[in-house]
Amino acid sequence: MKKNHVIMITALLLAVVFIAGGYLYNSQQTQSQAELASQHQKLLIKPYAPRAGSPDAKVTIVEFMDPACETCRAFYPLLKNLLVEHKGKVNHVIRYAPLHDGSDYILQILEASRKMGAYWPVLDLMFASQPHWTSHHKAQPEVLWQYLEHYKFDVARLKQEMNDPTIAKNIAQDLADAKQLGVSKTPSYFVNGTPLAVFGYDELRALIDAEIAKNY
Amino acid sequence: MNTQTAHDSTDWLLIFSCWLIATVSTLGSLFFSEIMELTPCLLCWYQRIFIFPLPIILLIALFPVDKRVVRYALPVASIGLLFTVYHCLLFFGVIPESLQPCSQGVSCKDANMVLFDVLPIPILSLASFSAIIILLLIIRARIDK
Repeated sequence: MKKNHVIMITALLLAVVFIAGGYLYNSQQTQSQAELASQHQKLLIKPYAPRAGSPDAKVTIVEFMDPACETCRAFYPLLKNLLVEHKGKVNHVIRYAPLHDGSDYILQILEASRKMGAYWPVLDLMFASQPHWTSHHKAQPEVLWQYLEHYKFDVARLKQEMNDPTIAKNIAQDLADAKQLGVSKTPSYFVNGTPLAVFGYDELRALIDAEIAKNY
Repeated sequence: MNTQTAHDSTDWLLIFSCWLIATVSTLGSLFFSEIMELTPCLLCWYQRIFIFPLPIILLIALFPVDKRVVRYALPVASIGLLFTVYHCLLFFGVIPESLQPCSQGVSCKDANMVLFDVLPIPILSLASFSAIIILLLIIRARIDK
């Protein structure tokens, strides 16, 4: 029947427009993201930002993360493995994008631990225990404090150190830089200044491998 | 063509137009949220709840043409329109901000609501629900004629 054909063709057309529109929009976004990153190259790395891996490495992964973010937690061991796998060639700079409720406070604890030389163990613990102290994307620091206490971190000193105004200032600076760079989700990765276009572990790996091949 | 067939054709065209508007609105709303990644605000969600079933209900009414679809589609679309009108009043500041139900999460008055700097999403929703309701009322008027 002719009318049924009209319906089918219309439905098909709408689907094509939707998919093509999505594709177009995404490629445009990827391009403007890359432009934004190249315009604001200086904002990517700040001297105060924590860094893992060799300082002489020619490939630098900048990650905007949030300790309360589940995907950051899932990617954390993968990045650690990458640093081991490409020892000396890759380093990892951590910037903060506190996009979850209450993650500012969590980051203050994390930064306080840095002053006590316990940054990486505390970050490990935060990610390991994350499902217990985050609920519905909201951080519950009282639960995290219990974990820190249990694992014999100096909670009293952490609480004291975290009030340092530089900590809050740097966290706010990170968030401001994230906004300038168009970072609206965590984790967001930049490898030698190039933003990860399509999110995924294989894509991140491919980008890192490409940069290693280019520089070594 | 005899008059009966012409009459049926008009009915088909009316329901088809209705379905087309509902489908374009649904896909548009999904495009905003899934591709442009605009988080729907609370009022947007209520409007989405009342637009999403319409493409399905109206499509069924095209196989074969069934004017009684008005009985099912009109109440759904009308409730959707109520939310849209409320959203528009809020968006243009007719209702003061303190009354809005969505102070947490995504604001219902956010600049995100404006496409290409000129087209507010609540206005799109208003146009779509109004057009669907007008068409459904025309179809209702044609029942038993």
